[in-house]
Amino acid sequence: MPEPLVKVRDLKMHFPIHAGILRRKVGAVKAVDGVSFDIFEGETLGLVGESGCGKSTVGRALLRLYEPTSGSVVIGGEDIATLAPDALRKKRPTMQMVFQDPQASLNPRMTVAAIIGEPLDEHTDWDEAKKTERVYELMDQVGLNRRFANRYPHEFSGGQRQRIGIARALALNPRFIVCDEPIAALDVSIQAQVVNLLEDLQDRLGLTYLFISHDLSMVRHIADRVAVMYLGQIAELSPRDALYAAPLHPYAQALLSAVPEADPAVEATRQRIILKGDVPSPANPPKGCNFCTRCPKVIPLCREEKPRLSEVQPGRFVACHLVAANQDTAGGHASPGPEVREHNQQGELS
Amino acid sequence: MTDTTLNIEKVRGPWADVWAQFRKHKGAMAALVMLGTLAIFCLLGPLVWRIDPNFIESDTVKMFKMRNQGPSFAHPLGTDQLGRDMLARMMFGGRISLAVGTVAMLVAIFIGTTVGVMAGYFRRIDGLLMRLTDLFLALPLLPLLLVMIFLFRDPIAGVLGPRLGTFLLIVMAIGLTSWMQAARVVRGEVLALKEREFVLAARSIGTPSRRIITRHILPNVLSPVLVAATLGIAAAIITESVLSFLGLGFPPDFPTWGRLLYDGIAEIRTYPERVLWPGLAISLTVLSVNYIGDGLRDALDPRIRGR
Repeated sequence: MPEPLVKVRDLKMHFPIHAGILRRKVGAVKAVDGVSFDIFEGETLGLVGESGCGKSTVGRALLRLYEPTSGSVVIGGEDIATLAPDALRKKRPTMQMVFQDPQASLNPRMTVAAIIGEPLDEHTDWDEAKKTERVYELMDQVGLNRRFANRYPHEFSGGQRQRIGIARALALNPRFIVCDEPIAALDVSIQAQVVNLLEDLQDRLGLTYLFISHDLSMVRHIADRVAVMYLGQIAELSPRDALYAAPLHPYAQALLSAVPEADPAVEATRQRIILKGDVPSPANPPKGCNFCTRCPKVIPLCREEKPRLSEVQPGRFVACHLVAANQDTAGGHASPGPEVREHNQQGELS
Repeated sequence: MTDTTLNIEKVRGPWADVWAQFRKHKGAMAALVMLGTLAIFCLLGPLVWRIDPNFIESDTVKMFKMRNQGPSFAHPLGTDQLGRDMLARMMFGGRISLAVGTVAMLVAIFIGTTVGVMAGYFRRIDGLLMRLTDLFLALPLLPLLLVMIFLFRDPIAGVLGPRLGTFLLIVMAIGLTSWMQAARVVRGEVLALKEREFVLAARSIGTPSRRIITRHILPNVLSPVLVAATLGIAAAIITESVLSFLGLGFPPDFPTWGRLLYDGIAEIRTYPERVLWPGLAISLTVLSVNYIGDGLRDALDPRIRGR
């Protein structure tokens, strides 16, 4: 197996809560609480989960737009999480980001040429002509008319703005791009264009993506492997086809059961797993498994001990006592209950 | 369109667009002409109208005849209570008032913007800087100004000469006591701006903080800064006149618009025109500056530009 391009180990991102007259720290929002995964060169890792589960925080902590509380993020052999500011700045060209809201991610007072050229201004000592040439080249690459170079972001449609954002991310030939819900703010017809553009660029430039999204169908389309997050932790990380065919973690099952089917016959028989209750506060997560308060298959062990993310099948990582129990004890477990048995069968199908 | 046009259209600077939009703003253009006229009146007028603004007839009888005259060909704006020519005094007064207003505003805006941006952008010094701002806001300004001028006027005048010394002292004093509003407004804007994604994008590119501030933050806080600046000029002219009135600004025989205004107030019932002229000049200046600021703000915002 090749060495992964991005190696994230036990990444934690806690935001302190200050309260009282003295603004003392009274706790922390555990937005990301011990996340580990690898991304291999040239692949797309999808990161899905519901709102507020820490997807975007992972993406931002990966590029050290936030200072991670602990853990390591090794990109191309260097630990981003502890790099000195100067070295980090030199490292920036290899990792870039495409943002969610193309309106907010472009400075309204800069022209397209200035926006796309900003990375070049910061990291190259090229003369104006060479920079302009590169800006035009990038605009061609993302399908923007060169004549738009002097226009301002408000003169563009959402899809075009996202293309500007992508061109800016590509300016320095990065190897790794974090796509933070790049299509969430776009119309469906435009979403397809932007996703196809991203795939096309990946083929041509050999890019590696972390694709953060809550659109499960889109992730199925673009990702090679998918990580499902719940409340700051990864519930399941599996190859795309295996995950969509048979999710192992109860939360992944519930999440994927919400994806509508295109075929009306299948759609009519689709069984939705409706979760009860609310997501616990990330400032005060449950003692055991983060999902134990809402899990339909909860067992007493879940409330006591946090499950670890472990490889239960080749390439499939799941953080669940039920799935792990199946592996460890091979049926010798004291009556896991009917739901669990059914669940295991599901897992073995894949 | 042919390929040649594609290549001809180079990345062009923003100032051509700004000027084109500014010219479309009728009010701003009228105000620019008005302010220009006032400036020319004050700067070049004395070269044409060669009467000493401080000239008082030494012969007492003549002097008494010269006092409080109405408009005439010899004195188009009349004379004041000592028989000095009002037109000449208006010209010289305008020089001081415009200079004080502009420079004091620049000082205040510079300090205010710097403090505001620093406080808004760097969380660590936010508390310190804003408490400093509160401290200045809580000070009673007029007594403070009086003390400052009382303490420093003579030492500074000794070094730089009475005219330049007084000018610098007044400008600095007004600037140092009127930056707080700008600082607060700017801080608020910066706090909102730095959470915007384009600032995050700049950080992900690796742009250092100082260039994030100059490239992304400052252009976007321009609107409130311009508003503060236009109001600041007016406030500075008025404050200077207050100081002159209290005898702590420029020397009493030294005309400024504010000084003329206060001299005229005593006799407003008998000679209202003596209040009217300096008052009109101050009002027109403030109004023009306001309109220019308005036009500038529109011209500098690409979202409004071209509408």
